[in-house]
Amino acid sequence: MNLYSRRVLTNRIGVGLSMAAMLFGLLALLWILWTLIYNGFSALNWDFFTRDTPAPGSEGGGLRNAIVGSLLIVGVTSAVSTPVGILAGVYLAEFGGRSRFAAATRFVTDIMLSAPSIVVGLFVYALAVVTCGGFSGWAGSLALSLIAIPVVVRTTENMLLLVPGSLREAAFAVGAPHWQVSLKVTLPAVKAGVVTGILLAIARITGETAPLLFTALNNQFFSIDMSQPMGNLPVVIFQFAMSPYDNWVSLAWGGALLIALMVLTINVLARVLFRKRSSE
Amino acid sequence: MSDLPQTVDENILAVRDLSFYYGDFRGLSNVSLDIAKSKVTAFIGPSGCGKSTLLRTFNRMYDLYPGQRAEGQVLFHGRNLLDRKQDVNLVRAKIGMVFQKPTPFPMSIYENIAFGVRLYERLSKSEMDLRVEWALRKAALWEETRNKLQQSGLSLSGGQQQRLCIARTIAVKPEIVLLDEPTSALDPLSTAKIEELINELKSDYTIAIVTHNMQQAARISDYTAFMYVGELIEFGRTNEVFVKPRCQQTEDYITGRFG
Repeated sequence: MNLYSRRVLTNRIGVGLSMAAMLFGLLALLWILWTLIYNGFSALNWDFFTRDTPAPGSEGGGLRNAIVGSLLIVGVTSAVSTPVGILAGVYLAEFGGRSRFAAATRFVTDIMLSAPSIVVGLFVYALAVVTCGGFSGWAGSLALSLIAIPVVVRTTENMLLLVPGSLREAAFAVGAPHWQVSLKVTLPAVKAGVVTGILLAIARITGETAPLLFTALNNQFFSIDMSQPMGNLPVVIFQFAMSPYDNWVSLAWGGALLIALMVLTINVLARVLFRKRSSE
Repeated sequence: MSDLPQTVDENILAVRDLSFYYGDFRGLSNVSLDIAKSKVTAFIGPSGCGKSTLLRTFNRMYDLYPGQRAEGQVLFHGRNLLDRKQDVNLVRAKIGMVFQKPTPFPMSIYENIAFGVRLYERLSKSEMDLRVEWALRKAALWEETRNKLQQSGLSLSGGQQQRLCIARTIAVKPEIVLLDEPTSALDPLSTAKIEELINELKSDYTIAIVTHNMQQAARISDYTAFMYVGELIEFGRTNEVFVKPRCQQTEDYITGRFG
Protein backbone atom coordinates (compact mmCIF):
# COMPACT_ATOMS: atom_id res chain seq x y z
CA MET A 1 0.00 0.00 0.00
CA ASN A 2 1.51 3.30 -0.99
CA LEU A 3 1.60 6.46 1.09
CA TYR A 4 -1.33 8.13 -0.62
CA SER A 5 -3.84 5.29 -0.34
CA ARG A 6 -2.84 4.83 3.29
CA ARG A 7 -3.69 8.45 3.90
CA VAL A 8 -7.04 8.04 2.16
CA LEU A 9 -7.80 5.00 4.29
CA THR A 10 -6.81 6.81 7.52
CA ASN A 11 -9.07 9.66 6.51
CA ARG A 12 -12.00 7.31 5.87
CA ILE A 13 -11.55 5.62 9.23
CA GLY A 14 -11.37 9.01 10.95
CA VAL A 15 -14.48 10.30 9.25
CA GLY A 16 -16.30 7.05 9.95
CA LEU A 17 -15.52 7.15 13.66
CA SER A 18 -16.57 10.80 13.91
CA MET A 19 -19.85 10.04 12.16
CA ALA A 20 -20.52 7.11 14.46
CA ALA A 21 -19.87 9.26 17.53
CA MET A 22 -22.15 11.98 16.17
CA LEU A 23 -24.94 9.49 15.42
CA PHE A 24 -24.62 8.05 18.92
CA GLY A 25 -25.01 11.50 20.51
CA LEU A 26 -27.80 12.53 18.20
CA LEU A 27 -29.63 9.25 18.70
CA ALA A 28 -29.63 9.70 22.47
CA LEU A 29 -31.01 13.21 22.08
CA LEU A 30 -33.72 12.16 19.63
CA TRP A 31 -34.63 9.23 21.84
CA ILE A 32 -35.14 11.55 24.82
CA LEU A 33 -37.20 13.97 22.75
CA TRP A 34 -39.28 11.14 21.29
CA THR A 35 -39.98 9.64 24.72
CA LEU A 36 -41.00 13.03 26.06
CA ILE A 37 -43.35 13.70 23.16
CA TYR A 38 -44.74 10.15 23.19
CA ASN A 39 -45.56 10.22 26.90
CA GLY A 40 -46.15 13.89 27.46
CA PHE A 41 -47.95 15.23 24.43
CA SER A 42 -51.34 13.78 25.40
CA ALA A 43 -51.13 15.63 28.74
CA LEU A 44 -50.81 19.03 27.06
CA ASN A 45 -54.45 20.07 26.93
CA TRP A 46 -56.48 23.03 28.14
CA ASP A 47 -56.71 21.68 31.71
CA PHE A 48 -52.94 21.29 31.83
CA PHE A 49 -52.49 25.06 31.65
CA THR A 50 -55.60 26.21 33.53
CA ARG A 51 -55.99 23.84 36.49
CA ASP A 52 -53.75 23.42 39.48
CA THR A 53 -51.97 20.28 40.64
CA PRO A 54 -54.51 17.68 41.83
CA ALA A 55 -54.69 16.32 45.35
CA PRO A 56 -53.70 12.68 45.83
CA GLY A 57 -56.39 10.42 44.50
CA SER A 58 -58.43 13.07 42.72
CA GLU A 59 -59.01 13.03 38.99
CA GLY A 60 -57.56 15.28 36.26
CA GLY A 61 -55.82 18.48 37.21
CA GLY A 62 -53.12 20.58 35.56
CA LEU A 63 -49.87 22.35 36.26
CA ARG A 64 -50.96 26.01 36.26
CA ASN A 65 -49.51 26.75 39.71
CA ALA A 66 -46.22 25.06 38.83
CA ILE A 67 -45.91 26.84 35.48
CA VAL A 68 -46.63 30.26 36.97
CA GLY A 69 -44.33 29.52 39.92
CA SER A 70 -41.51 28.48 37.64
CA LEU A 71 -41.93 31.57 35.47
CA LEU A 72 -41.89 33.81 38.56
CA ILE A 73 -38.86 32.18 40.15
CA VAL A 74 -36.92 32.14 36.89
CA GLY A 75 -38.03 35.70 36.09
CA VAL A 76 -36.81 37.07 39.42
CA THR A 77 -33.59 35.10 39.02
CA SER A 78 -32.96 36.64 35.59
CA ALA A 79 -33.73 40.13 36.86
CA VAL A 80 -31.19 39.69 39.66
CA SER A 81 -28.42 37.80 37.93
CA THR A 82 -28.36 39.78 34.68
CA PRO A 83 -27.17 43.11 36.11
CA VAL A 84 -24.95 41.52 38.75
CA GLY A 85 -23.38 39.13 36.24
CA ILE A 86 -22.82 41.78 33.56
CA LEU A 87 -21.30 44.29 35.97
CA ALA A 88 -18.99 41.68 37.46
CA GLY A 89 -18.00 40.54 33.96
CA VAL A 90 -17.23 44.12 32.94
CA TYR A 91 -15.15 44.55 36.06
CA LEU A 92 -13.12 41.42 35.34
CA ALA A 93 -12.50 42.22 31.67
CA GLU A 94 -12.05 45.97 31.77
CA PHE A 95 -10.92 47.02 35.22
CA GLY A 96 -9.67 44.07 37.24
CA GLY A 97 -6.94 43.01 34.87
CA ARG A 98 -4.36 40.95 36.68
CA SER A 99 -5.11 42.22 40.16
CA ARG A 100 -5.38 39.76 43.02
CA PHE A 101 -9.01 40.63 43.61
CA ALA A 102 -9.88 39.90 39.98
CA ALA A 103 -7.92 36.65 40.06
CA ALA A 104 -9.75 35.59 43.21
CA THR A 105 -13.13 36.50 41.68
CA ARG A 106 -12.32 34.50 38.56
CA PHE A 107 -11.29 31.50 40.65
CA VAL A 108 -14.44 31.57 42.75
CA THR A 109 -16.61 32.05 39.65
CA ASP A 110 -15.02 29.01 38.05
CA ILE A 111 -15.70 26.94 41.15
CA MET A 112 -19.30 28.14 41.22
CA LEU A 113 -19.69 27.21 37.54
CA SER A 114 -19.00 23.59 38.32
CA ALA A 115 -20.41 23.43 41.84
CA PRO A 116 -23.04 20.68 42.18
CA SER A 117 -26.43 22.38 42.30
CA ILE A 118 -27.48 20.34 45.33
CA VAL A 119 -24.67 21.98 47.29
CA VAL A 120 -25.96 25.41 46.26
CA GLY A 121 -29.46 24.35 47.37
CA LEU A 122 -28.23 23.14 50.72
CA PHE A 123 -26.26 26.36 51.22
CA VAL A 124 -29.29 28.55 50.56
CA TYR A 125 -31.38 26.25 52.76
CA ALA A 126 -29.02 26.86 55.67
CA LEU A 127 -28.62 30.55 54.85
CA ALA A 128 -32.13 31.68 53.96
CA VAL A 129 -34.66 28.97 54.69
CA VAL A 130 -33.69 27.99 58.21
CA THR A 131 -33.05 31.56 59.31
CA CYS A 132 -35.94 33.31 57.55
CA GLY A 133 -38.75 31.11 58.67
CA GLY A 134 -39.34 28.61 55.97
CA PHE A 135 -39.38 27.70 52.33
CA SER A 136 -40.13 30.51 49.89
CA GLY A 137 -40.00 31.57 46.27
CA TRP A 138 -37.38 34.16 47.17
CA ALA A 139 -35.09 31.46 48.51
CA GLY A 140 -35.61 29.53 45.28
CA SER A 141 -34.64 32.56 43.21
CA LEU A 142 -31.60 33.13 45.41
CA ALA A 143 -30.40 29.57 44.88
CA LEU A 144 -30.94 29.77 41.12
CA SER A 145 -29.18 33.16 40.99
CA LEU A 146 -26.08 31.62 42.54
CA ILE A 147 -26.07 29.18 39.63
CA ALA A 148 -26.88 31.73 36.91
CA ILE A 149 -24.58 34.58 37.94
CA PRO A 150 -21.29 32.76 37.31
CA VAL A 151 -22.48 31.81 33.81
CA VAL A 152 -23.30 35.43 32.98
CA VAL A 153 -20.05 36.70 34.54
CA ARG A 154 -17.89 34.36 32.52
CA THR A 155 -19.66 34.87 29.19
CA THR A 156 -19.61 38.65 29.62
CA GLU A 157 -15.91 38.61 30.47
CA ASN A 158 -14.99 36.27 27.63
CA MET A 159 -17.02 38.28 25.14
CA LEU A 160 -15.40 41.55 26.23
CA LEU A 161 -11.96 40.01 25.92
CA LEU A 162 -12.77 39.35 22.25
CA VAL A 163 -13.22 43.07 21.57
CA PRO A 164 -10.26 44.09 19.41
CA GLY A 165 -7.78 46.27 21.25
CA SER A 166 -8.03 48.75 18.39
CA LEU A 167 -11.68 49.52 19.19
CA ARG A 168 -10.91 50.06 22.85
CA GLU A 169 -7.96 52.30 21.96
CA ALA A 170 -10.10 54.29 19.51
CA ALA A 171 -12.65 55.01 22.23
CA PHE A 172 -9.92 56.15 24.61
CA ALA A 173 -8.41 58.23 21.81
CA VAL A 174 -11.37 60.63 21.70
CA GLY A 175 -10.76 61.34 25.37
CA ALA A 176 -13.44 59.11 26.87
CA PRO A 177 -13.09 58.07 30.51
CA HIS A 178 -12.82 54.36 31.17
CA TRP A 179 -16.39 53.80 32.35
CA GLN A 180 -17.77 55.44 29.20
CA VAL A 181 -15.53 53.29 27.04
CA SER A 182 -16.84 50.14 28.71
CA LEU A 183 -20.49 51.12 28.90
CA LYS A 184 -20.95 52.87 25.55
CA VAL A 185 -18.43 51.18 23.26
CA THR A 186 -17.06 47.79 24.26
CA LEU A 187 -20.16 46.37 25.96
CA PRO A 188 -22.52 47.33 23.06
CA ALA A 189 -19.97 45.84 20.66
CA VAL A 190 -20.53 42.41 22.21
CA LYS A 191 -24.22 42.83 23.04
CA ALA A 192 -25.27 39.75 21.08
CA GLY A 193 -22.76 37.54 22.86
CA VAL A 194 -23.74 38.80 26.29
CA VAL A 195 -27.45 38.32 25.57
CA THR A 196 -26.68 34.81 24.39
CA GLY A 197 -24.90 34.15 27.67
CA ILE A 198 -27.91 35.34 29.64
CA LEU A 199 -30.28 33.18 27.60
CA LEU A 200 -28.08 30.13 28.13
CA ALA A 201 -27.99 30.85 31.87
CA ILE A 202 -31.80 31.02 31.89
CA ALA A 203 -31.99 27.78 29.95
CA ARG A 204 -29.69 26.20 32.49
CA ILE A 205 -31.71 27.23 35.56
CA THR A 206 -35.12 26.46 34.02
CA GLY A 207 -34.58 22.76 34.59
CA GLU A 208 -32.65 22.90 37.86
CA THR A 209 -34.39 20.75 40.49
CA ALA A 210 -32.07 20.16 43.40
CA PRO A 211 -31.73 23.81 44.51
CA LEU A 212 -35.51 24.25 44.48
CA LEU A 213 -36.17 21.12 46.57
CA PHE A 214 -34.46 22.82 49.50
CA THR A 215 -35.73 26.32 48.94
CA ALA A 216 -38.98 26.96 47.09
CA LEU A 217 -40.12 23.46 47.95
CA ASN A 218 -43.54 23.08 46.36
CA ASN A 219 -47.07 24.32 46.73
CA GLN A 220 -50.14 22.38 45.79
CA PHE A 221 -52.11 25.60 45.38
CA PHE A 222 -51.85 28.56 43.09
CA SER A 223 -49.74 31.32 44.64
CA ILE A 224 -47.85 34.34 43.43
CA ASP A 225 -46.57 35.20 46.89
CA MET A 226 -42.79 34.86 46.65
CA SER A 227 -42.43 34.73 50.43
CA GLN A 228 -44.35 31.46 50.58
CA PRO A 229 -43.44 28.00 49.30
CA MET A 230 -44.03 28.01 45.59
CA GLY A 231 -44.99 25.37 43.07
CA ASN A 232 -42.54 24.88 40.24
CA LEU A 233 -42.17 22.50 37.32
CA PRO A 234 -38.98 20.61 38.22
CA VAL A 235 -40.06 19.70 41.74
CA VAL A 236 -43.58 18.77 40.59
CA ILE A 237 -42.08 16.51 37.95
CA PHE A 238 -39.84 14.95 40.58
CA GLN A 239 -42.77 14.24 42.93
CA PHE A 240 -45.38 13.26 40.36
CA ALA A 241 -43.23 11.01 38.20
CA MET A 242 -42.60 8.63 41.10
CA SER A 243 -46.16 8.64 42.38
CA PRO A 244 -48.59 5.71 42.04
CA TYR A 245 -51.32 7.88 40.46
CA ASP A 246 -51.69 7.65 36.68
CA ASN A 247 -52.89 11.25 36.24
CA TRP A 248 -49.85 12.50 38.25
CA VAL A 249 -47.43 10.50 36.13
CA SER A 250 -49.04 11.81 32.97
CA LEU A 251 -48.79 15.40 34.26
CA ALA A 252 -45.11 14.82 35.09
CA TRP A 253 -44.45 13.75 31.48
CA GLY A 254 -46.32 16.81 30.25
CA GLY A 255 -44.27 19.07 32.52
CA ALA A 256 -41.04 17.46 31.38
CA LEU A 257 -42.00 18.02 27.76
CA LEU A 258 -42.90 21.63 28.50
CA ILE A 259 -39.54 22.31 30.17
CA ALA A 260 -37.70 20.62 27.33
CA LEU A 261 -39.56 22.76 24.80
CA MET A 262 -38.83 25.92 26.77
CA VAL A 263 -35.12 25.16 26.99
CA LEU A 264 -35.06 24.24 23.32
CA THR A 265 -36.76 27.51 22.38
CA ILE A 266 -34.34 29.58 24.46
CA ASN A 267 -31.36 27.79 22.94
CA VAL A 268 -32.60 28.25 19.39
CA LEU A 269 -33.33 31.91 20.12
CA ALA A 270 -29.80 32.37 21.50
CA ARG A 271 -28.29 30.78 18.41
CA VAL A 272 -30.35 32.79 15.95
CA LEU A 273 -29.61 36.02 17.81
CA PHE A 274 -25.89 35.32 18.03
CA ARG A 275 -25.58 34.31 14.38
CA LYS A 276 -27.52 37.33 13.13
CA ARG A 277 -25.49 39.77 15.18
CA SER A 278 -22.06 38.31 14.52
CA SER A 279 -22.56 38.19 10.76
CA GLU A 280 -23.25 41.92 10.61
CA MET B 1 22.49 62.80 16.32
CA SER B 2 24.61 65.88 16.70
CA ASP B 3 22.37 68.90 16.76
CA LEU B 4 18.67 69.33 17.34
CA PRO B 5 16.88 69.50 14.00
CA GLN B 6 15.15 72.81 13.57
CA THR B 7 11.92 73.70 11.86
CA VAL B 8 11.44 77.20 10.60
CA ASP B 9 7.72 77.27 11.40
CA GLU B 10 6.01 77.81 14.71
CA ASN B 11 6.08 74.63 16.76
CA ILE B 12 3.16 73.10 18.63
CA LEU B 13 4.83 70.02 20.10
CA ALA B 14 8.39 69.70 21.30
CA VAL B 15 9.84 66.26 21.94
CA ARG B 16 12.95 66.22 24.13
CA ASP B 17 15.14 63.22 24.95
CA LEU B 18 12.24 60.84 24.72
CA SER B 19 12.92 57.20 25.49
CA PHE B 20 10.30 54.50 25.60
CA TYR B 21 10.28 51.09 27.25
CA TYR B 22 8.18 48.00 26.69
CA GLY B 23 9.10 46.36 29.96
CA ASP B 24 12.85 46.01 29.65
CA PHE B 25 12.94 46.48 25.90
CA ARG B 26 13.84 49.96 24.79
CA GLY B 27 11.62 51.00 21.90
CA LEU B 28 12.79 54.60 21.55
CA SER B 29 16.15 56.11 22.41
CA ASN B 30 16.58 59.81 23.12
CA VAL B 31 14.34 61.15 20.40
CA SER B 32 14.18 64.94 20.08
CA LEU B 33 12.25 66.86 17.44
CA ASP B 34 9.69 69.61 16.95
CA ILE B 35 6.29 69.27 15.32
CA ALA B 36 5.40 72.36 13.30
CA LYS B 37 1.99 73.91 13.75
CA SER B 38 -0.51 73.54 10.88
CA LYS B 39 1.88 71.34 8.94
CA VAL B 40 2.00 67.67 8.11
CA THR B 41 4.87 65.76 9.68
CA ALA B 42 5.44 62.26 8.38
CA PHE B 43 7.24 59.46 10.21
CA ILE B 44 8.80 56.79 8.01
CA GLY B 45 11.04 53.83 8.62
CA PRO B 46 11.01 50.04 8.51
CA SER B 47 8.65 48.00 10.69
CA GLY B 48 9.57 48.05 14.35
CA CYS B 49 11.60 51.26 14.08
CA GLY B 50 9.48 52.97 16.71
CA LYS B 51 7.46 55.40 14.61
CA SER B 52 4.09 54.19 15.90
CA THR B 53 5.50 54.04 19.40
CA LEU B 54 6.52 57.68 19.11
CA LEU B 55 3.08 58.68 17.87
CA ARG B 56 1.43 56.81 20.73
CA THR B 57 3.39 58.73 23.34
CA PHE B 58 1.86 61.99 22.06
CA ASN B 59 -1.59 61.03 23.34
CA ARG B 60 -0.42 58.75 26.13
CA MET B 61 -1.99 55.71 24.47
CA TYR B 62 0.65 53.57 26.12
CA ASP B 63 -0.99 54.31 29.48
CA LEU B 64 -3.51 51.58 28.72
CA TYR B 65 -0.83 48.95 29.01
CA PRO B 66 0.95 48.27 32.26
CA GLY B 67 4.65 47.74 31.70
CA GLN B 68 4.99 50.43 29.05
CA ARG B 69 6.56 53.71 30.08
CA ALA B 70 8.12 56.80 28.61
CA GLU B 71 10.96 58.99 29.85
CA GLY B 72 11.82 62.48 28.71
CA GLN B 73 9.55 65.30 27.67
CA VAL B 74 6.78 65.96 25.21
CA LEU B 75 6.01 69.66 25.59
CA PHE B 76 2.58 70.93 24.56
CA HIS B 77 1.77 74.55 25.41
CA GLY B 78 4.70 74.55 27.78
CA ARG B 79 3.53 71.52 29.75
CA ASN B 80 5.07 68.08 29.76
CA LEU B 81 2.41 65.64 28.53
CA LEU B 82 4.27 62.73 30.09
CA ASP B 83 3.80 64.22 33.53
CA ARG B 84 1.95 61.81 35.80
CA LYS B 85 -0.35 64.60 36.97
CA GLN B 86 -1.45 65.44 33.44
CA ASP B 87 -5.13 64.61 32.80
CA VAL B 88 -4.86 61.95 30.09
CA ASN B 89 -8.41 62.31 28.81
CA LEU B 90 -7.92 66.04 28.25
CA VAL B 91 -4.71 65.35 26.34
CA ARG B 92 -6.57 62.90 24.11
CA ALA B 93 -9.34 65.41 23.44
CA LYS B 94 -6.72 67.93 22.31
CA ILE B 95 -4.57 65.42 20.44
CA GLY B 96 -6.81 63.08 18.47
CA MET B 97 -5.83 59.84 16.82
CA VAL B 98 -6.92 57.78 13.83
CA PHE B 99 -5.75 54.19 13.63
CA GLN B 100 -4.60 51.77 10.98
CA LYS B 101 -7.81 49.77 10.87
CA PRO B 102 -11.08 51.71 10.70
CA THR B 103 -12.70 51.43 14.12
CA PRO B 104 -16.26 52.78 14.05
CA PHE B 105 -18.01 52.50 17.41
CA PRO B 106 -20.96 50.09 17.54
CA MET B 107 -23.53 52.88 17.20
CA SER B 108 -25.08 55.05 14.51
CA ILE B 109 -23.05 57.32 12.23
CA TYR B 110 -24.47 60.33 14.06
CA GLU B 111 -23.66 58.90 17.49
CA ASN B 112 -20.15 57.96 16.41
CA ILE B 113 -19.44 61.66 16.06
CA ALA B 114 -21.60 62.95 18.92
CA PHE B 115 -20.02 60.51 21.39
CA GLY B 116 -16.71 62.33 21.64
CA VAL B 117 -18.25 65.80 21.46
CA ARG B 118 -20.60 65.09 24.35
CA LEU B 119 -17.70 64.22 26.61
CA TYR B 120 -16.43 67.80 26.66
CA GLU B 121 -19.23 70.05 25.45
CA ARG B 122 -22.86 70.52 26.32
CA LEU B 123 -24.62 71.19 23.03
CA SER B 124 -28.31 71.50 22.24
CA LYS B 125 -29.81 69.09 19.74
CA SER B 126 -29.58 71.63 16.90
CA GLU B 127 -26.01 72.62 17.78
CA MET B 128 -25.06 68.94 17.82
CA ASP B 129 -26.73 68.41 14.45
CA LEU B 130 -24.65 71.26 13.07
CA ARG B 131 -21.46 69.90 14.59
CA VAL B 132 -22.08 66.43 13.16
CA GLU B 133 -22.72 67.92 9.72
CA TRP B 134 -19.64 70.14 10.00
CA ALA B 135 -17.41 67.21 10.94
CA LEU B 136 -18.82 64.99 8.20
CA ARG B 137 -18.35 67.76 5.62
CA LYS B 138 -14.77 68.29 6.81
CA ALA B 139 -14.15 64.59 6.35
CA ALA B 140 -15.77 64.65 2.88
CA LEU B 141 -18.37 62.15 4.02
CA TRP B 142 -21.48 64.33 4.29
CA GLU B 143 -22.88 63.73 0.82
CA GLU B 144 -22.62 59.96 1.23
CA THR B 145 -24.14 59.78 4.69
CA ARG B 146 -26.57 62.71 5.02
CA ASN B 147 -29.58 60.48 4.44
CA LYS B 148 -28.51 57.63 6.70
CA LEU B 149 -27.12 59.25 9.81
CA GLN B 150 -29.07 56.83 12.00
CA GLN B 151 -27.59 53.75 10.34
CA SER B 152 -24.84 51.81 12.05
CA GLY B 153 -21.33 53.10 11.45
CA LEU B 154 -20.40 49.52 10.65
CA SER B 155 -22.63 49.58 7.56
CA LEU B 156 -20.19 51.88 5.71
CA SER B 157 -17.41 50.68 3.42
CA GLY B 158 -13.83 50.50 4.72
CA GLY B 159 -12.81 53.83 3.19
CA GLN B 160 -15.97 55.52 4.44
CA GLN B 161 -15.43 54.05 7.91
CA GLN B 162 -11.96 55.54 7.98
CA ARG B 163 -13.30 58.95 6.98
CA LEU B 164 -15.93 58.56 9.71
CA CYS B 165 -13.09 57.98 12.17
CA ILE B 166 -11.42 61.17 10.93
CA ALA B 167 -14.72 63.07 11.23
CA ARG B 168 -15.15 61.72 14.75
CA THR B 169 -11.66 62.86 15.66
CA ILE B 170 -11.94 66.40 14.32
CA ALA B 171 -15.48 66.84 15.72
CA VAL B 172 -13.90 67.15 19.17
CA LYS B 173 -11.87 70.07 17.70
CA PRO B 174 -8.42 68.87 18.64
CA GLU B 175 -5.26 70.84 17.88
CA ILE B 176 -3.25 67.91 16.65
CA VAL B 177 -4.43 64.86 14.69
CA LEU B 178 -2.28 61.76 14.87
CA LEU B 179 -2.67 59.34 11.97
CA ASP B 180 -1.22 55.87 12.50
CA GLU B 181 -0.95 54.34 9.01
CA PRO B 182 -4.46 55.52 8.18
CA THR B 183 -4.49 54.17 4.63
CA SER B 184 -2.65 50.86 4.93
CA ALA B 185 -5.92 48.91 5.10
CA LEU B 186 -7.56 50.82 2.24
CA ASP B 187 -7.72 50.49 -1.54
CA PRO B 188 -5.95 53.08 -3.75
CA LEU B 189 -9.11 55.12 -4.41
CA SER B 190 -9.98 55.45 -0.73
CA THR B 191 -6.33 56.21 -0.04
CA ALA B 192 -6.39 59.06 -2.54
CA LYS B 193 -9.47 60.48 -0.85
CA ILE B 194 -7.87 60.37 2.57
CA GLU B 195 -4.69 62.01 1.26
CA GLU B 196 -6.73 64.78 -0.29
CA LEU B 197 -8.46 65.19 3.03
CA ILE B 198 -5.18 65.44 4.94
CA ASN B 199 -4.12 68.18 2.59
CA GLU B 200 -7.28 70.16 3.34
CA LEU B 201 -7.21 69.54 7.07
CA LYS B 202 -3.72 70.86 7.63
CA SER B 203 -4.81 74.50 7.46
CA ASP B 204 -6.77 73.98 10.68
CA TYR B 205 -4.92 71.16 12.36
CA THR B 206 -1.43 69.98 12.92
CA ILE B 207 -1.04 66.51 11.50
CA ALA B 208 1.45 63.81 12.42
CA ILE B 209 1.26 60.73 10.25
CA VAL B 210 3.01 57.38 10.38
CA THR B 211 3.19 55.70 7.02
CA HIS B 212 4.84 52.73 5.38
CA ASN B 213 4.33 54.30 2.01
CA MET B 214 7.22 56.59 1.12
CA GLN B 215 5.46 58.06 -1.89
CA GLN B 216 2.65 58.99 0.44
CA ALA B 217 5.03 60.72 2.83
CA ALA B 218 6.60 62.59 -0.08
CA ARG B 219 3.19 63.58 -1.47
CA ILE B 220 1.49 64.88 1.63
CA SER B 221 4.01 65.94 4.24
CA ASP B 222 5.91 69.16 4.90
CA TYR B 223 8.37 67.55 7.26
CA THR B 224 9.67 64.01 7.33
CA ALA B 225 11.31 62.07 10.13
CA PHE B 226 13.19 58.90 9.27
CA MET B 227 13.52 56.46 12.14
CA TYR B 228 15.49 53.28 12.53
CA VAL B 229 15.65 50.85 15.49
CA GLY B 230 14.23 53.32 17.96
CA GLU B 231 16.32 56.27 16.91
CA LEU B 232 15.54 59.36 14.92
CA ILE B 233 18.04 59.19 12.07
CA GLU B 234 17.04 62.19 10.03
CA PHE B 235 14.49 64.95 10.30
CA GLY B 236 13.88 67.90 8.03
CA ARG B 237 11.77 69.42 5.31
CA THR B 238 10.27 66.67 3.21
CA ASN B 239 11.70 67.90 -0.08
CA GLU B 240 15.17 67.99 1.46
CA VAL B 241 14.95 64.60 3.12
CA PHE B 242 13.75 62.96 -0.07
CA VAL B 243 15.91 64.87 -2.53
CA LYS B 244 19.21 65.17 -0.73
CA PRO B 245 19.19 63.20 2.50
CA ARG B 246 22.09 63.88 4.83
CA CYS B 247 22.42 60.32 6.14
CA GLN B 248 23.40 57.29 4.11
CA GLN B 249 20.81 55.15 5.96
CA THR B 250 18.00 57.50 4.94
CA GLU B 251 19.10 57.43 1.33
CA ASP B 252 19.31 53.64 1.38
CA TYR B 253 15.82 53.37 2.81
CA ILE B 254 14.06 55.83 0.53
CA THR B 255 15.73 54.44 -2.55
CA GLY B 256 14.52 50.99 -1.54
CA ARG B 257 17.86 49.41 -0.77
CA PHE B 258 16.61 48.08 2.55
CA GLY B 259 13.54 48.12 4.75
